[in-house]
Amino acid sequence: MARSVTNQRKTINTIAAWAVGLLIFFPILWTILTSFKTEGQAIADPPVWFFFDWTLENYAVVQERSDYMRYLWNSIIIAGGSTVLGVIIAIPAAWSMAFVPSKRTKDILLWMLSTKMLPAVGVLYPIYLLFIKLGLLDSRFGLVIVLMLINLPIIVWMLYTYFREIPGEILEAARMDGATLKEEILYVLTPMAVPGIASTLLLNVILAWNEAFWTLNLTAANAAPLTAFIASYSSPEGLFYAKLSAASVMAIAPILILGWFSQKQLVRGLTFGAVK
Amino acid sequence: MNTHVRALMGACALGALATASMGETLTIATVNNGDMIRMQGLTDDFSEKTGHEVEWVTLEENVLRQRVTTDISTKGGAFDIMTIGMYETPIWGANGWLVPLDDLSEEYDVGDILPAMAGGLSHDGTLYAAPFYGESSMIMYRTDLMEKAGLEMPDAPTWDFIREAAAAMTDRDADINGICLRGKAGWGEGGAFITAMSNSFGARWFDMDWNAQFDTQPWKDTLEFFVGMMNESGPAGYATNGFNENLSLFQQGKCGMWIDATVAASFVTNPNESEVADSVGFALAPDNGLGKRSNWLWAWALAIPAGTQKEAAAKEFIEWATSKDYIALVAENEGWANVPPGARTSLYENPNYMEVPFAKMTLDSILTADPNNSTVEPSPYVGVQFAAIPEFAGIATEVSQEFSAVYAGQQTVDEALAKAQDITNEAMEAAGYR
Repeated sequence: MARSVTNQRKTINTIAAWAVGLLIFFPILWTILTSFKTEGQAIADPPVWFFFDWTLENYAVVQERSDYMRYLWNSIIIAGGSTVLGVIIAIPAAWSMAFVPSKRTKDILLWMLSTKMLPAVGVLYPIYLLFIKLGLLDSRFGLVIVLMLINLPIIVWMLYTYFREIPGEILEAARMDGATLKEEILYVLTPMAVPGIASTLLLNVILAWNEAFWTLNLTAANAAPLTAFIASYSSPEGLFYAKLSAASVMAIAPILILGWFSQKQLVRGLTFGAVK
Repeated sequence: MNTHVRALMGACALGALATASMGETLTIATVNNGDMIRMQGLTDDFSEKTGHEVEWVTLEENVLRQRVTTDISTKGGAFDIMTIGMYETPIWGANGWLVPLDDLSEEYDVGDILPAMAGGLSHDGTLYAAPFYGESSMIMYRTDLMEKAGLEMPDAPTWDFIREAAAAMTDRDADINGICLRGKAGWGEGGAFITAMSNSFGARWFDMDWNAQFDTQPWKDTLEFFVGMMNESGPAGYATNGFNENLSLFQQGKCGMWIDATVAASFVTNPNESEVADSVGFALAPDNGLGKRSNWLWAWALAIPAGTQKEAAAKEFIEWATSKDYIALVAENEGWANVPPGARTSLYENPNYMEVPFAKMTLDSILTADPNNSTVEPSPYVGVQFAAIPEFAGIATEVSQEFSAVYAGQQTVDEALAKAQDITNEAMEAAGYR
């Protein structure tokens, strides 16, 4: 009897999980479907679901009109660069906060997080003027720095949470065996926190990939990533929904594929220490 | 020694020659619409003629507006040419942010630009942006439904006729709404429509001392008429409908009439996009017999930010893109229906173009809109569907949100007008106008 209840609950849970999953995935599914429709079918009311003449025309038009590979390359450099640089800076910071905390550590952590609460547009002009002075406008390097700084609080917080789950005695033992600080972080702490670091990396790549405010405002023709590629197909005066959907699918495809392949690591990292 | 000097001079001369003939790469910020995309496709013609290359930065209209405003106000220099509208041009021109276009070549023929467009893109009589295409607004209607309703659309109808026709054409069972209009919040969306409409009811945004006028009877009449007509004959959820939503409804045969931008005429008459392409008629935007119609005036124009290092090449591009030759080039490649409309007088003297069904009504609409004299009572601002002052975009966005809340049934006309009055007066006081 007990076993039957458990199975029933399992089935309900599974169905509920699938329902929630589909609900969350629905906007992406709809975008994918729309990308294969004509502009007329894209705006049809009632909407057409699966039974229409599937066409690749929108992808061909987008490919012809835009240099997709240039946008893609910029996205890879900006998202990858800002994440790697952020992790390099955040690992020592999180180590010191987790293993050598001071009286003000919690205050610093909260202050770091509070910088995320400021609306980005509030600092647009100062940052823009700085970029002009430093010659960083429309440069990938400039965006790597800005996105790294924006995501740094999240990276430090995530790593701090993972590091706190690692017993300090292991690091002490390494020290007693003569490990230097650098060796302690590189050869003892980092390998133990690999799942956490991996999930931090992945999550921040996703955040940087999707960041649209700074990437639109600080770029022009040279450093524009895929967010600008999408924005070029949006219009309040003219129907471009199917083409916009095709551009969106092309923009999210790489990160979606990366997410699918690495979902095990991502979930493992995000739940690391959650049950302790 | 002499040989060395001669060699040096020769090298300098060669260098100068090389520099003079070297092509520049221009970065142009532009909006995403059919005419602009067409221009991008024809850029090779410009490069072949001048040796200059072009890099396009295409953005959604509102994103572009914010992006170029940030750049020009900080002298960022990210763009050599910007696509801007009639709202920005006089303000930016007055601020000294744009290069005056007062030395364009004789062949360009500045005098051929439609006077309404040239006026709206100038400050103190100096042209600061060259119109790429211009638009007004007009009525697009279903000739078959009008006939079925037993009515005939005059060339210049009144609002009372439009309301009556909308009610007669409405058939809820067949999913046909008598009229589709913009209700979406935003100064360039529903805000533009209701402001242009209010002109024909005798309303204005400000009196000559910059006092808000939402507490006057003409504004109450405008909003009550709009809400009454839309509730009778408009589509459900019209409070969130903008240009694209109404275009979609009209193309699917769900609107009897649609009053909106003249550029929409080419979309609704295109059989590849529109289910009703063969039964669309056009008329001037309605009036109320007060001497002002409810059509607006707008242009997307090309301007050069002051301080660009490539001013000469940028002017060459503007001359190319807004020239008579460019119009001929588009006609040759894409047909006369696809040439950028509303910018040049000569286009409307061309018999080939006048065969396009909406050409005459577009021109008549543009000619009836006067940005320097848009209201029945005198007003201190330039602009038909906007007031060309920097504060307007922010104020009008807030005011249009209040109006959209009325359309959605969330507040009354009186409540919205009282809030609009306070919002506007407070903002104008803070900005030092009052």
